[in-house]
Amino acid sequence: MTTVALDRRAVAGALLAQRGDLLVVAGLGAPAWDATAAGDHPLNFPLWGAMGSAAMVGLGLALAQPLHPVLVLTGDGEMLMGLGSLATIAVQRPPNLAIVVLDNERYGETGMQPTHTAHGVDLAAVAAACGFAASTTIRTMTEVAALGATLRDGRGPRFAQVKIAADNPPLVLPPRDGGLLKDRFRAALLGPDAALI
Amino acid sequence: MTPRAIAIDWPADIHAALSAADIRQVASVPDAGHARLMTLCSADPRMRMVPLTSEQEGIGLAAGAWLGGQRSVLLMQSSGVGNCINALALIESCRFPFLTLITMRGEFGEFNPWQVPMGHAAGPSLELANVIVHRVSGAGEAGATVAGAARLAFASYRGVAVLLSQQLIGAKSFGQQR
Repeated sequence: MTTVALDRRAVAGALLAQRGDLLVVAGLGAPAWDATAAGDHPLNFPLWGAMGSAAMVGLGLALAQPLHPVLVLTGDGEMLMGLGSLATIAVQRPPNLAIVVLDNERYGETGMQPTHTAHGVDLAAVAAACGFAASTTIRTMTEVAALGATLRDGRGPRFAQVKIAADNPPLVLPPRDGGLLKDRFRAALLGPDAALI
Repeated sequence: MTPRAIAIDWPADIHAALSAADIRQVASVPDAGHARLMTLCSADPRMRMVPLTSEQEGIGLAAGAWLGGQRSVLLMQSSGVGNCINALALIESCRFPFLTLITMRGEFGEFNPWQVPMGHAAGPSLELANVIVHRVSGAGEAGATVAGAARLAFASYRGVAVLLSQQLIGAKSFGQQR
């Protein structure tokens, strides 16, 4: 069977179409644009820097809000820079956390240089070896839909490496002001009094 | 009893300050100087211990915890400060509160020369990254300094570091007496 690498915007769109109370952390670069293209939302926290931190932001959030599903949507380069956090997350075993890596095997923001996944580094195998409750490599939209259906099942931590095409769809940028991103997220999650805490 | 004979249990004072500040997530990369505090936090049912592989993970964790409505602290050794610098952009850019307690190496009485460069640079590096730095040299100051640092961090939405000096925690000797 011939497999065609998936369209990153279609993957993000499918995961976020019925987002409900899903809390979303998006890693810097294209995954943040993908999450925004699916619809800017106060319960999105897109990173514009601090590369390698997305999964850990997701962990802190998942531990603080155990009744909410948390999705970290990030790229292969960003995940590789925070590889140790997969071990840290597996030890904590947050059942409400899913990490989805959109893997185009490239550093998209800096000129499409190959990442280590282009040379065979298997992030899903790393996550499985660390002890994630579930870890998978995804190559079809059918599998993406199945993944989306598991985001609220409380049986994580889950990890998915989604193989996507190495292209650059049009930029869809979220707000850049970190104070705004943080405050609107907290107000949407914790209520308007969050600013008074 | 002379004043010198009164032992001040400064790790217990720090734990009490963290508890009073409602710290719920305790991220750490171990250090001998933090050992007793980590034991106290581990035994506290309101505190979730999150051991890290590298100190920079604690910056992301602090941001995520605050997004979710919880307060956290990062316990580390001075050598870990260098691992945190780029991630600290998250704290300043978003005005996240961030509290870290740092046991110092590479200063007063240091035996291992490889600890000196980062020990020397830890405080200035944090200040360059716009983290406010407090220092504790005496056991009697520890609890109040951490309490004040926590209030500054969480009430003023700033990064605040407390450096616990080698005068306080003692210098590691590797069995050498000179």
